[in-house]
Amino acid sequence: MTVTIKYFGLVAEAAEKFEEILELNGALTASELKTQCLNSLNIADKDSVQIAVNQNLDDKITLKDGDEVALLPPFAGG
Amino acid sequence: MSRYDRQIKLQEVGLDGQVKLRNAKVLIVGVGGLGCPAAMYLAGAGVGKIGLMDHDMVDVSNLHRQVLFLESDVGRSKAVAAKQRLEKQNSDVQFSVYDEPLTVDNAENIIQQYDVVLDGTDNFETKYLINDACILANKPWVFASIYKNEGQLSVFNYKNGPTYRCVFPKSTRQNISCEATGVLGVLPGILGTLQAAEVLKIVLGAGEVLSGKLKLINMMQASEQTIKINKRHEEIEKIRKHGIAPVYIDCDLKDKEHWYLDVREVYEQPKPKGKKVLSIPMGDLTSRYQEIPNNQDVFVFCQSGKRSKNAIEILKNEFGFHNLKNVEGGIETIIDG
Repeated sequence: MTVTIKYFGLVAEAAEKFEEILELNGALTASELKTQCLNSLNIADKDSVQIAVNQNLDDKITLKDGDEVALLPPFAGG
Repeated sequence: MSRYDRQIKLQEVGLDGQVKLRNAKVLIVGVGGLGCPAAMYLAGAGVGKIGLMDHDMVDVSNLHRQVLFLESDVGRSKAVAAKQRLEKQNSDVQFSVYDEPLTVDNAENIIQQYDVVLDGTDNFETKYLINDACILANKPWVFASIYKNEGQLSVFNYKNGPTYRCVFPKSTRQNISCEATGVLGVLPGILGTLQAAEVLKIVLGAGEVLSGKLKLINMMQASEQTIKINKRHEEIEKIRKHGIAPVYIDCDLKDKEHWYLDVREVYEQPKPKGKKVLSIPMGDLTSRYQEIPNNQDVFVFCQSGKRSKNAIEILKNEFGFHNLKNVEGGIETIIDG
């Protein structure tokens, strides 16, 4: 199955893209996908990054084909 | 009332709405890139009382985005300069100046005196502080934050709705400011204006308030999306039960061999840990210079490298220190992680 991942802020910067389509093997929760994605990226504080699935903040949900996932780091600037 | 005629004509405002605006009290915490445009539109709309809180001074590098300030304001208190400018814009409005940081000790008491808080801050410590104090004082707050070309916007604690801790339960050390990353002035202009719009809707009781939703805006990509937020009851209950949970952002230095001197104010973050880190704010240097070792290299730092340079000049010229080295890029260049 495939999911679309959207990256924001310093996660997008580390991934060097705003969006990509990933092919997943087997059932993954949103939280597992987040760990998998962030492990390959150089981000100092991975715990602070939140995950939304189909525009809903939720890390426990099991992903299904066609889901849109967003990785959201907090921003501090003002 | 002719100055408000164009908004009174709107069904969502009317004469009743204008009275609501006149009776409204809005606190703006941080009169910077977000706070400046927000303050101008709220003053323009005739909000009766506006609190302007900022402990910072106007710097020449603020002028491209902090649209309230003039070249002649450089070096002046932001809160005071903002008040003087806004009074010329609308003399109906009563402005209160808070030329001090929001702290665990003053937050609840100050916020209690307002109906809505608008967050114009640039650090996580103050965002969590506003959040917790608003939970305790039972006030809504309008949040916005920026990273480079992107912004986040939401209304928290509105009619018992989700709070900042429901989105980001854990704080992060990565306090990355606009000074560090760069920003085009229009982005805080857009976000600050959207914050003012949310405040107006809250006061008027009109339209759809951005509560329970996090809006994400990418100005460069001309894209936006809205994420639904659910309440994390346990996070809110913790604050109700135990009070404000202060966020102190500490960190490690890459180099633990040498002495470091932190000349920033005590509330500035992150705070490096270690036995060889001295913290002496600029104002205390002349009374505490004896604490600084003078027989080995000491690296002096602040947020950006500017104040530490001045500190070294003072310590060299007045007290004969020749062993001080400036950390040019500020704290972010010497911390680990």
